[in-house]
Amino acid sequence: MVRGRIRDALMTAAIVAVLALPLAGVRTEDGLDGTLIEWRLGAVAVAAFLVFCGRLLWGWIDEDRRLGFVALTGGVAALVAPFPTEFLRVAAVGIGFLSAGKALFLAARGQGRHRIVMPPRVAHLAARGIAKWRKPAPASWLLIAAALIFPLTPLASRYALDVSIMALTYVMLGWGLNITVGFAGLLDLGYAGFYALGAYCYALLAQDMGLGFWQCLPLAGLLAAGAALILGFPVLRLRGDYFAVVTLGFGEVVRLVLINWVDLTNGPNGVAGVPRPTLFGLEFARHARDGHQTFSGFFGVPFDPAQRVVFLYYVILFLALAVGFLTARLRRLPLGRAWESFREDEIACASLGINSTGIKLAAYGLAALVAGMAGAFFAASQGFVSPESFTFTESATILAIVILGGVGHPLGIALASIFIIGMPELFRGFAQYRMLAFGMGMVLIMVWRPGGLMSARDATVRLPPEKTGGA
Amino acid sequence: MAYFLQQLINGLTLGAVYGLIAIGYTMVYGIIGMINFAHGEIYMIGAFITVIGYTVLTAAGVGSAGVALSIMLVVSILVTSLYGWSVERVAYRPLRHASRLAPLISAIGMSVLLQNYVQLLQGARVKTMQPVFPGDIILWRRADGFTVSISYLQIAILVLTVVLMAGVSLLVGRTGLGRAQRACEQDKTMAALVGINVDRTISTTFIIGAALAAVAGFMVTLYYGVVDFFMGFMAGMKAFAAAVLGGIGSLPGAMIGGIMIGLIESFWGGYLNASYKDVAVFGVLMLVLLIRPNGLFGRPEIEKV
Repeated sequence: MVRGRIRDALMTAAIVAVLALPLAGVRTEDGLDGTLIEWRLGAVAVAAFLVFCGRLLWGWIDEDRRLGFVALTGGVAALVAPFPTEFLRVAAVGIGFLSAGKALFLAARGQGRHRIVMPPRVAHLAARGIAKWRKPAPASWLLIAAALIFPLTPLASRYALDVSIMALTYVMLGWGLNITVGFAGLLDLGYAGFYALGAYCYALLAQDMGLGFWQCLPLAGLLAAGAALILGFPVLRLRGDYFAVVTLGFGEVVRLVLINWVDLTNGPNGVAGVPRPTLFGLEFARHARDGHQTFSGFFGVPFDPAQRVVFLYYVILFLALAVGFLTARLRRLPLGRAWESFREDEIACASLGINSTGIKLAAYGLAALVAGMAGAFFAASQGFVSPESFTFTESATILAIVILGGVGHPLGIALASIFIIGMPELFRGFAQYRMLAFGMGMVLIMVWRPGGLMSARDATVRLPPEKTGGA
Repeated sequence: MAYFLQQLINGLTLGAVYGLIAIGYTMVYGIIGMINFAHGEIYMIGAFITVIGYTVLTAAGVGSAGVALSIMLVVSILVTSLYGWSVERVAYRPLRHASRLAPLISAIGMSVLLQNYVQLLQGARVKTMQPVFPGDIILWRRADGFTVSISYLQIAILVLTVVLMAGVSLLVGRTGLGRAQRACEQDKTMAALVGINVDRTISTTFIIGAALAAVAGFMVTLYYGVVDFFMGFMAGMKAFAAAVLGGIGSLPGAMIGGIMIGLIESFWGGYLNASYKDVAVFGVLMLVLLIRPNGLFGRPEIEKV
């Protein structure tokens, strides 16, 4: 038994050593005077040793205590041990953090042997709290209220507002993509393509024809939706995975065209000086353009650049909430139920006489509409668009938000986008490890909770429960 | 005509590389029905190991390029296969029975993770390698001085690809392992009931795919002489497009799809507009799927209720 465990741990450590040796153990760099070779065998040895110890302990500790233990060791090791590279330390801290979270989660749910011991009354209240929280309505209202008053609180620094605007843009995108992925069950890997179309639509219309944000917002949405319909009409009859590939291709094609069509889009340099949104024609600037008035001038308050940020915050909050509200209603419309039946069983859905191409097209087009409008907002809030912002990573991030949050669960998606956009901001100090942590987090969350953080695939309609006791 | 011939040779070489990567996609899709997004990164790792190993061996005084390269080919195949195996073990096996989206997200996460892992450890700058095996055979010298040539390296790439393709076809068609793979592809539960170790068969599939990707990475490194941590993304996408074009799940389809993608890229770049060659690749993919929704060689899936 013991020997078997040691052998298992040795095997794992050996695998890690072999994996790490060529990529982590040596680094080559093209220098001016020939190639430089830097050996880092010590780091590989330490990594292999840590993995050996970890694996050994992992086998020894019974399942309930494992997570807490990993969290503890990760934390202690990160503080105490002299890591040869910063890389290892960050990895240890990350694993410790995630395990601690998981352990706490399990303990709070009362799974596993080690529960958080609470007096019965407290436990009862906590259980009710959790149950309430799981019913999205009160939690959602609370969050919305918090979001509404957030800019008025002292917490709202310029930086916090900027991050929140970004996060809310992703909430809107996540809710939009949720129509395709969550409601209709179609995998879309090129969502950033529609986002890009919307952003460029506004940027170019504003630049060349002088249109304002509020005129362009619906136009951007309609352009993206139109593109979705044109692409979707022939493509949507493809089977699931093929459809996913074509959307992936579409996203890339949009990006490549934006880069290469220099006459229209200014190529890789992007379009700068995109005008900001106005409040019924009032501009948020120190000096208005000809024939316009500034917000501060109209209301007779002193000019403050923060006004513009707060206004942007409310614009995106309003847009995101509108999308959230509409999608929540859509779900209960006949169209939403048709999507749901299609997602659960395509053949059964078609047998009921539902035109599956039509409803797929509707889902795809509506999602694109949302993406286009979010894109227009993005262009307006950044004041600058370039093809760099619309890579596949962008599509993957939005999809990750939808899936991590729990497919089809609006509250989960909102929390996931705050998490995904906010977490890297918290770890700014480790900026170079952000994407590494992002990838690792995606894998670990999927492995631990394949249904997403809040999985909700329950039907909106149920048959009435059968009467018990009867024959 | 001479220009055409030259583009044909370049396109075939490129296509051979895409085809080798595409086999990894198509085999994995065939057996567990998931798009292995991290496969492009596996290919990138293969290329990196080749460059790093070759640099180290040269510095250590292995004088002959042939010896150093043979050692590196073997080492690269072994280590890259181990990467392929580990990725499956860590990120996909726990999700075998989860919904279809979960392994896909896990794979995208793995791809991001591997890219940044290599970037952090080896730096974001490109790594170069001195050209080995220079020289080419001139096939045709036109009167105005334009020559059509095929380099020794291109010949080596084409020959190696044909040999590997034949090997993989034999492996899948004739050996017990191949039978086990085809059985798992059809019905995993039944395969397990007749005594096939399903997990091991799936692991082996990942290892074969990664080994072929390592060879592709090796060949590309020699051919272009440059690697960077982001190279796996575009190559992976095109190889995946190749697998879909040929009909995903079909081995000859992957190879022919790869060659088609290589040819489209090369001809479009040579005759029309080099900056839109990637657009052309995806455009053709969409067109083919519209006419043949299951790819060129894919069998239509029969839906049973």
